[in-house]
Amino acid sequence: MNFAKFGKISYVAETKLQEFEKHLETGKVMGTRCKSCGQTYFPPRADCNCLKGDIEWIELSGKCKLMTFSTLYFAPASFRYEVPYTLGVAQFEEGPAVLAPFSKEIKENEIKVGMSLRLVPTELIGGRMIYELRKADS
Amino acid sequence: MRKNIGYIFVFSILLALKNQLNPIGGRLLTRKPIVSIVSAGLSKFGKRRGLFGRELFVEATSEAFEKCPNLDPRKDIKAAFIGMMSESLEHQGHTGPTVLDWAGLLPIQAFRTEGACGSSATAIRCGIFAIRSGLADIVLVGGVEKMTHRNTADVTEYLAMACDFPFEQWNGLTFPGLFAMVATAHMHKYSTTEEQMALVAVKNHHHGALNPKAHMQKEVPLEKAMSSRVIAWPLKLYDCSLITDGASCLVLSKPELARKFTDTPVHIIGSGQASDTIGLYERKEFTSLKAGRLAAQEAYKMAGVEASTIDVAEVHDCFTIAEILAYEDLGFCKPGEGGPFIEEGQSHIGGSVAVCTSGGLKAKGHPVGATGTAQAYEIYLQLTGQAGKRQVKGAEIGLTHNVGGLGATGVVNIYSRE
Repeated sequence: MNFAKFGKISYVAETKLQEFEKHLETGKVMGTRCKSCGQTYFPPRADCNCLKGDIEWIELSGKCKLMTFSTLYFAPASFRYEVPYTLGVAQFEEGPAVLAPFSKEIKENEIKVGMSLRLVPTELIGGRMIYELRKADS
Repeated sequence: MRKNIGYIFVFSILLALKNQLNPIGGRLLTRKPIVSIVSAGLSKFGKRRGLFGRELFVEATSEAFEKCPNLDPRKDIKAAFIGMMSESLEHQGHTGPTVLDWAGLLPIQAFRTEGACGSSATAIRCGIFAIRSGLADIVLVGGVEKMTHRNTADVTEYLAMACDFPFEQWNGLTFPGLFAMVATAHMHKYSTTEEQMALVAVKNHHHGALNPKAHMQKEVPLEKAMSSRVIAWPLKLYDCSLITDGASCLVLSKPELARKFTDTPVHIIGSGQASDTIGLYERKEFTSLKAGRLAAQEAYKMAGVEASTIDVAEVHDCFTIAEILAYEDLGFCKPGEGGPFIEEGQSHIGGSVAVCTSGGLKAKGHPVGATGTAQAYEIYLQLTGQAGKRQVKGAEIGLTHNVGGLGATGVVNIYSRE
């Protein structure tokens, strides 16, 4: 089994990207880069859009800037006990962007488009691995 | 000499044929019919308790066939394309033959098209492909979704299947959440306000109150929309479209045959479709839905018309911010000016373009698989003067804009009366 622990919930555990979960467990935010065209992917992809090269794993700094966000007060069935929660899209210094939940350490009224953040791998109770947006200096 | 005349003759014939049979995308088709709508049907939209989805579909086909007595459906229709998004809702897959059987249309070949909330707009596209290919002269296109028998949290989860599963759904993202993030970005970039978004709801509920088939047929004042509970900030309850049961269909024919079935055909004169990334995080821009924009450009070019020519449009107002984006993506106003556009009443009946006269997804309702052909149904009514109290006087050119998910699918069609 691979990729079985990633995400708050999951339906599919099989992917060519199984290493991603292991990297999260060691605290690393890893993306992929195409050896042929240099395109960087996060979340990682195993096949580059250029369809030419092999991909390699690269570590990202985790440093990112908030592009947009929303606080959800109504959730799908699987998340009904988690509301309200805030999700944001943040762009890494290295280029790609990520959708991730905000850490509870950041209060809703502190959240502003453009703020500096850091994406941090986080283990949930029960051993599931996610990543979340924390303050830049965390 | 005689030989030369022969060549010229053959050349002229070929040119004429090219004009007639020009593949989709050609410039020569300017304002020329690609296919014709000869009839259309729409079930009542709403909470339709006590009905299967397929029974709703029969309501739609019954109306279309009753209005078109010269059509012998089982004999004349050569293919059917039916949009439906989610087999989870009724636990029923294999939609094509299922709904066709209940509509009494076996053994016509059936196809299900799926493009999330744009499913039946892609059915229209398939119908166009079928007719233009020459393989079928008359086709049925439509869509159906039965949703309200499920609780809202489950429906929210099923609809979220139209966003990226490992990197969006697994974080608890929903469609209100996605469009809320689009709204946040639009507010940040262009100073669009929550009140401007609410004004879209007020307008579309006003139109819905004039549509006897709409799910919600009452006015919603601005204060009520603004003070409704937050679903996904900055979107509130009245910024969201309705979970609705409904079905819709069109009978499309080769333009040359349209007069055999009706005196008032409506022609599709331009059509476009494009795709975009499934995930929001993979986009370069959050304040425009690129697939819809590209689809519009393709459709305008094919039709040979400009945005300013459109009299009436049904756009994808799954959330109020989505209608504001649509104004901009369709070129009704410049990027960033969607907020002032609704504020000035430009999209009202009597404004520069009447938008969502049916009430839109917002008030007529959004049975996701049925929405694309339901939009075309409204334009059909408008261009044939059958839209009752919400009729746009003298409407000649109409447009539908239907997107799937967060615009990973975008379809635009342009229509003209004869």
